Amino acid sequence: MKHALALSVLLSAFWLINSGHYTSLLLFFMVVSVLFVAVLCHRMDVVDGESQPLALTFTIPMYWLWLIKEVTVANIAVARCVWKGADSISPSVIKVKANQKTDLGIVIYANSITLTPGTVSIDLEDNEITVHALTRETAEDLLTGEMDRRVCKVEA
Amino acid sequence: MYIIPAVILLIVMGIALCRAFMGPTLYDRILAVNTFGTKTVLFIAVIDFLSGRPAFLDIAIVYALINFISVIGILRFFEYSSKTALEEEN
Amino acid sequence: MELLLDIVSWILLISGSFFTLTGALGLLRFPDFFTRTHASSITDTLGAGLILTGLMLQAGWGIVLAKLLLILLFSLLASTTACHAMAKAALRSGLKPHTVNDNDNSNSEEETSSKP
Repeated sequence: MKHALALSVLLSAFWLINSGHYTSLLLFFMVVSVLFVAVLCHRMDVVDGESQPLALTFTIPMYWLWLIKEVTVANIAVARCVWKGADSISPSVIKVKANQKTDLGIVIYANSITLTPGTVSIDLEDNEITVHALTRETAEDLLTGEMDRRVCKVEA
Repeated sequence: MYIIPAVILLIVMGIALCRAFMGPTLYDRILAVNTFGTKTVLFIAVIDFLSGRPAFLDIAIVYALINFISVIGILRFFEYSSKTALEEEN
Repeated sequence: MELLLDIVSWILLISGSFFTLTGALGLLRFPDFFTRTHASSITDTLGAGLILTGLMLQAGWGIVLAKLLLILLFSLLASTTACHAMAKAALRSGLKPHTVNDNDNSNSEEETSSKP
């Protein structure tokens, strides 16, 4: 029930952003369509803690801020590699361990790795993520495990 | 002031198209097409401000959705069809 | 205040364009598919982020700002997912990553330094 309510609020916000017309008739249509989609999702059994991670709402903004900083730093490093040419890169394939407990945490970790330029997560088996790293520095950054720790903290 | 980003985005789209035509493997081409699509979204957003017509932003959102779904669809198609796709390209 | 906003937005737009161009150049210059995904990821994260933030500063409070934010959020989510899907599909289909031939931690048997 809690998740269905969260889904309805999210869908309504999405509708309001996209519409721009707030007459009573259209707002009535909004309520009808949101209820329809919520009921449909309930029948499909996809309304659960993974579609609306309510528990993460308050812990994840700090992680986002840290991630934005990290992504910016990595971007500048990769941009430097681009301008220096193909000689400055040293691609390698490494494996890192994901210590998160839930699937959602592992997905957040793997997606953060991909979002950071210089590292792309290629494969995920059980708790091991195969990562393609552009340079040795980016690989070493990842192997320190700082990101892993922070995602664990978000999840807790 | 929006004209410089617009022109640079056009150049970037041209480069992405070059890579799509050159790309030695199939996946290079898909990557280039994906880059082309995301840059088109940005281009539409910039054009929106250049012409002062906010209706274009909806088109940008829809284009972003379609681009994502099409890339995933193409990948699914080639992942399950056969492994010959890559060998053909080489 | 208006002038300050214009200047900041101008700087963001220009630096965003610069990073996008850098990413596109990387798409041309890098040697193999897996390294090119990194270049593509520059244009998708910092390039798109800076350009859209620059536009947001010009939009003012309103629905246009919300829509730009939506585009930014969606493009970040979609680009990571697409990037991972492409890399995974390429690996599954037998494309080998081009790696440097030193003792990195890749314990896979296909640690080739050059493609046949």
